[in-house]
Amino acid sequence: MTTVTIDTRTLPAHWRDFLALTKPRVMTLVVFTGLCGLLAAPGGIHPILGFTAILCIALGAGAAGALNQWYEAEIDAQMKRTAGRPLPAGRMDRQSALHFGVGLSFFSVILLGLATNWLAAAILAVSILFYVIVYTMWLKPRTAQNIVIGGAAGAFPPVIGWAAVTGDVSALPVALFALIFFWTPPHFWALALFVKTDYAKAGIPMLPVVAGEVATRRQIWLYTAIMAAAAMAPVLLRLTGPIYGTTAFLGTALFAVFAFQVSVHRESDPERMKPERRLFKYSILYLFLLFGAVVVDRWVFA
Amino acid sequence: MTPEEQKEVRARQRSRSIVVGLLLGALVILFYGISIAKIAGH
Repeated sequence: MTTVTIDTRTLPAHWRDFLALTKPRVMTLVVFTGLCGLLAAPGGIHPILGFTAILCIALGAGAAGALNQWYEAEIDAQMKRTAGRPLPAGRMDRQSALHFGVGLSFFSVILLGLATNWLAAAILAVSILFYVIVYTMWLKPRTAQNIVIGGAAGAFPPVIGWAAVTGDVSALPVALFALIFFWTPPHFWALALFVKTDYAKAGIPMLPVVAGEVATRRQIWLYTAIMAAAAMAPVLLRLTGPIYGTTAFLGTALFAVFAFQVSVHRESDPERMKPERRLFKYSILYLFLLFGAVVVDRWVFA
Repeated sequence: MTPEEQKEVRARQRSRSIVVGLLLGALVILFYGISIAKIAGH
């Protein structure tokens, strides 16, 4: 008879930790923008297939989040914001996270292909690979422009939702992609300004760490200008009507005001970074508003 | 392994089994729904 010794690290991980691995809070925006892409697309999709498409986008995002945490366990352990995640906190072994992430990736892509079409599935696969390989493994530890290119991974969901309905990709989903793509830098750098000390400690070359806060504030303003152009593009290209046009114009104007306040603000104490926190919070609301407006607009005028 | 640890392992295995069971049940319903939707589409 053999005796099996089990130490606490081989304690099976709690199922809630697998759920935490998928970053459910980040998923909200991914699911919402994916759903908006799906609802804004011309033609219809069977509700069950539409539901499956959104489920697959969510599962794909969860898989990417799990693989990100598998790869960054040591980095996460050094930052206050992420030290409590299942891997750095020692509640799960790394291999479980890897298997979970890879399995979920394959499952979400194959299910999306079977339920809708293989173009949508291919874009989902590309977005997962882009997030894990291009962003997490390649760019994030190497360049301060990491989140600019990496933001593309978060910009795919509306394109996937659209492709799931139509089987193709046209100008509007590309414009929605561009909106999220150029929204990511000001959104994320606002956050990076007031959690700067954490990124510095973990050795991640976030822009405030490498180029300084003043440069970051200037770049937030710069990318806000490009984002504004992307936000107005669907109106100028006549892809959407006045509902989106009005929402985008007012929403972007307010975004610009907040971004301008951040760009001229000179403060190094995270405790006193009110404009930065305000921009970060508003940026999330902004994306919800504009994507909601696209759907309403398309339903009313298309 | 102490009896307490054993108990904890069993409790986790049990809760994970329940969650996996529920997920599999949900997938059965989902695949049934997808099949019906696909058939209806043709």
